[in-house]
Amino acid sequence: MSRDWPLWEVFVRPRGGLEHRHVGSVHAPDAEMAVRHARDTYTRRMEGVSLWVVRSNDITASDPDRSAEMFEPAESKIYRHPTFYDLPDAVKHM
Amino acid sequence: MADPLFEYLQRLGDDSLILAQRLCEWCGRAPSVEVDLSIANMGLDLLGQAQLFLAYAGEIEGKGRDEDALAYHRDAAEFRNCLLVEQPNGDFAQTMARQFLFSLHRELLLEALTASSDTRIAEIAAKAVKEVRYHVELSSDWVIRLGDGTDESHRRMEEGLDWFWRFVDEMFELDALETELASSGIAADRRALRGEFDRRMTEVVERATLEVKPSQWPLSGGRRGRHGEELSRMLAEMQVLARAYPDARW
Repeated sequence: MSRDWPLWEVFVRPRGGLEHRHVGSVHAPDAEMAVRHARDTYTRRMEGVSLWVVRSNDITASDPDRSAEMFEPAESKIYRHPTFYDLPDAVKHM
Repeated sequence: MADPLFEYLQRLGDDSLILAQRLCEWCGRAPSVEVDLSIANMGLDLLGQAQLFLAYAGEIEGKGRDEDALAYHRDAAEFRNCLLVEQPNGDFAQTMARQFLFSLHRELLLEALTASSDTRIAEIAAKAVKEVRYHVELSSDWVIRLGDGTDESHRRMEEGLDWFWRFVDEMFELDALETELASSGIAADRRALRGEFDRRMTEVVERATLEVKPSQWPLSGGRRGRHGEELSRMLAEMQVLARAYPDARW
C-alpha cells in the first residue's frame, strides 16, 4: 500500500518559539493523512507542538554534482563572518 | 455480589484492555509502517487507560490484586468488557469499523465521566478523553476513505460495519448496577449518550456513502461475563507468559 503513496517530508516544531526542523518522511495518500502519519511516527514521545508536511516532489534541491561551484567559493571568505568588529559595550544582544 | 464500583471499574478497564490487545495483534502486519504505528499508538493509549482503571479497581476490591493480577489472572468469564471489543480483527476495514464505533461511544462516555462525583474516575477520564478524541478522528477518516473509495474498499467497509451493528446496543445498556452508580453521580448514564452517538455516527457513515443498519438481533452479555469463544483464545495468548512465569520480572 505505502509503495503506491507519495512521499512527504516532515517538519516538527519542538517548542513554541523554535523553528520547524526536518525530521524525516512518511508515505501517505494525501496531505491530511500525511499529517496524521507524521504525528503517529514522529511526535509520539512529546517531540513537538506543531507539524508541517510537504510533498517531497515539491522540493527543489541543489545539484550535488555542482557543489564545487555552489559551496566551495564560500570557504575562503572568512571576512564574511562578522567577527572582525569591536562592539561597543552599550550594544546588547548581538 | 462484588462491590458495584469494583464491577464498574472492571467494565471501564476491560473495554480498553481487550481492544488494546486486539490492536496489538496488528503489529508488523498493517498495510504500511505508518499505519502500523498509528494502530500500535491507539493500542498503547488504551492499555494505559486500562492500567489506570484496573489499578483503581484492585484498590477498591481490597484483596491485594493490582492491575497485572486482574489483567493476567482472571479467566474469560471474569472479564467485563462489551462483546464488540473482543471481536476478531478481520481485515483492516473491519478493524477500523470496530475502532470507529467503539471510540465514538468511548469519547462520549469519558466526556460524561469527567464530571463523575468520584474524583479518581473524573481524573482518568479527563486524561483519556483527549487520546480517544484522536482515535475518533483517525477511525472516522478511514471509515470515510474506505467507504467512499474504490468498489473493493467500499464493499469491505460495508461488510466490516455490518458485522458490528449487532454489538452497538450493548455499549449503551444501563443495568441495575450502573443505574445505581449513575444515581449517585459516579457512573455516566449510557442511555443519555445514545442520541449524540447516533447523530455523529450517522454523519460519518453517510459521508462514507454507506448505510446505518440497526441490528434486529443485538447481542449482549459481556458485562455479565458471557463472552464468545474468541475471547478465550485471545486471553490464552495474552496471559500465557504471566501464567507460565508468575514471578517474572524485566
